[in-house]
Amino acid sequence: MTDKKRKTIKWAEEPKIGFAEAIYLPAIVEGLKTTLRHAFEPRKTKQYPEEKPDLPLNYRGLHRLNRDDEGRVKCVACYLCQTACPANCITIVAAQPPSDDPHWAGRDKFPASFEIDELRCIYCGMCEEACPVDAIELTSIYDLTGMSRDEMIFDKEKLLSVFDKTVGGDKDPIRTHHGALGPASEIDLRTAQVAPPPPGHGRPG
Amino acid sequence: MTSPSSPQSPAAPSPPLSTTMLVDDVEVAVGKKENIIQAARKAGVEIPHYCWHPDLSVVASCRMCLVEVGDRRPNGDVVMGPKLVPACQTPTKPDMVVKTQTPKVKQSQSTTLEYLLLNHPLDCSICDQAGECYLQDYTFKFGHAHSRLQEPKIQRIDKHHIGEQIVLFTDRCVMCTRCVRFTREVAGTAELQVINRGSGEEIDVFPGHPCNNKLAGNVVDICPVGALCSKDFLYKKRVWWLKNQESVCTGCSTGCSIHADQSDDHLYRLRPRENPLAQGRFMCDEGRFGFHYVNDPNRLKLPIVRADRTPTDATSPAGKFDDPWPAAIQAVHHAMTRPDRKNIVILSPFMTCEEAYLLASWAKSLPSPAHLALGPVPMTGDDDHYPKGPKGESPSGRSIKFTIRAEKAPNRWGVAAIVQHWEGDLVDWSQTAQQLAAGQFQQAYIVGGASGYLDQLDITWVASLSFLTVQDILPSPLSERADVVLASGSFAEREGAFVNHAGLAQLIKPAIRSPGEARPDGRLLMGLVVRPGLYHAATIRDEMADIMSAFKAWKGNSLEPDGLMLERKILTATVVHVPPISQGGSANKGD
Repeated sequence: MTDKKRKTIKWAEEPKIGFAEAIYLPAIVEGLKTTLRHAFEPRKTKQYPEEKPDLPLNYRGLHRLNRDDEGRVKCVACYLCQTACPANCITIVAAQPPSDDPHWAGRDKFPASFEIDELRCIYCGMCEEACPVDAIELTSIYDLTGMSRDEMIFDKEKLLSVFDKTVGGDKDPIRTHHGALGPASEIDLRTAQVAPPPPGHGRPG
Repeated sequence: MTSPSSPQSPAAPSPPLSTTMLVDDVEVAVGKKENIIQAARKAGVEIPHYCWHPDLSVVASCRMCLVEVGDRRPNGDVVMGPKLVPACQTPTKPDMVVKTQTPKVKQSQSTTLEYLLLNHPLDCSICDQAGECYLQDYTFKFGHAHSRLQEPKIQRIDKHHIGEQIVLFTDRCVMCTRCVRFTREVAGTAELQVINRGSGEEIDVFPGHPCNNKLAGNVVDICPVGALCSKDFLYKKRVWWLKNQESVCTGCSTGCSIHADQSDDHLYRLRPRENPLAQGRFMCDEGRFGFHYVNDPNRLKLPIVRADRTPTDATSPAGKFDDPWPAAIQAVHHAMTRPDRKNIVILSPFMTCEEAYLLASWAKSLPSPAHLALGPVPMTGDDDHYPKGPKGESPSGRSIKFTIRAEKAPNRWGVAAIVQHWEGDLVDWSQTAQQLAAGQFQQAYIVGGASGYLDQLDITWVASLSFLTVQDILPSPLSERADVVLASGSFAEREGAFVNHAGLAQLIKPAIRSPGEARPDGRLLMGLVVRPGLYHAATIRDEMADIMSAFKAWKGNSLEPDGLMLERKILTATVVHVPPISQGGSANKGD
């Protein structure tokens, strides 16, 4: 059996080299031509630090925590982003707002602390997908630097300031409902009806 | 019809003697006093229900359990009824035919859910019940994902005044009235009621009479939705992060079976675990909310060795990463093995039987065998029976549905039986304290194990001791004057068996790890008594069964899931009643 098999093998031979190839000169000329062509062509690369890239609107960069109409943090501390996060970079501590505080009127639960470890994050965007009230979104800020690891753990204030910086700009994330509150983030459903959710986002149940 | 000449009769089972019924074409035996929901469970069929609870009366008000019911005629024909019937209210009978998967039933379930959700706020994202909510589960399984309601939902105000431990999120309620029936039928205190009518129906309390009875926490468990929530647990943790471990409540000698829910070595809540041998399906608030000492930041985290019995803090181990335990164990060993000293080992009713056995057998094998004693058993008032009568009077006899025992320790029986085995008779704590005060012992080893347990002791006798070892979980006046403090584990960290007031042996299992360098008692004692291997409760239980007649019954028994009744006669014969110690301040038992 093995002998029979061995007979069927075809051995490919290296092609014989001719005189023109053997002296290498034509190939060198060909290469130089390509080099010279590229040297005088217009540039195709981005000159990065001087020239910023134009990112698509669905780019997944630094997170932001959105504010509601009254400037409060929109997050209701449901922990769904923390649950969905595959990198375990989100840490939330929920609390009950003081019942007599008019600032928190109509809110039962809010994040007393909300931290994202931006070094641990893999920017998959699952937090944003999980969020039932569109409170967390990924912006197109990509050039994130810091001098220490602590600096790269973004707390609630820092994430809200990212919202303040990016809201209304030409790179406002486009993926979510644009201000229409989810069912949990608002008490008065009549005002919620003023800005109806876009088609396909009907109030379920 | 049943004539032998009928062509169908040879194959059909003899119909008049039938004791079975059909649930979705599965044959199940008809039980006594069973409804269709329970019969369907035996057939592996889940009939959704909200208002029905096995311990409460039947109201059939939620309409979620409607099924089709018919009869199997003696000739084999099946005749179905024209209308749907509530499965919770319909008793089973032989030859009944139940169908739960017909289009009619499915349509009914789906529309019932749509109706129940009409005014539901759908605030699952902030609701503590999310993840263990029957509205969520049933909507997923039996409902549909949209609502046809065009009108604005009715808004209702949350009621934080409903009780000290419970809060009512009124708009999430589905009006199953389980909580109302619970306070009327099990607690007997009847604080909760339904006010208003129709779509204005709400659960409420009578003004000025909040729901603060000692069983109030159970309404949070029996609420199938997120309407009644525990203030203690509110917004602390989402339930899907919690891992639960089977355990036993240490609040009193009833020994309620519980689930200990933990996450990241932090105990978040205790829930009753159904156990017909122990307590049924409920537990009291003292036990339910009395676990917070487990998470106390002041917990003893290091063993302490004091050279000159001055109330200094822990000795600093030689190096930062050195194990502090060998030095502490060495110190106890060195002192207790001296042949010229009289030793006493005081066991705690908060120890498991296995731990008490390990320590007791070691104490008796010392060069100067130690005297064994049972520590004080905390007692408060009298046994508290439920349901209460209209004027708050206690029930008696068979009408008792729940009892909170006066004996506030989980394992007096087990530890007493162990002391009894070696000492012959059991003396109560006042006598032991007198012996201590009289200076009969030079060295003592005393075990705590619960919050505030050793704090109550009169400790004037400490001065007469030349060496004192305290094994406890929290600092106490006693541990501050001890030569060696062994940082041990709470009930949530230990493993072993408790024997309750009736002689029921139940297992506790480790739910969390001990804080810092503290060791659960079993592991600590294995090191102290120098036994080979790791602490394995089942092995020690078998060893005990061979030695002690009181524990003979649990030889080779896993004690799972509900525990095992030990022979009560042996236990009652060996235990002498321990008089109560007062709760407030230190009682002068020793003088």
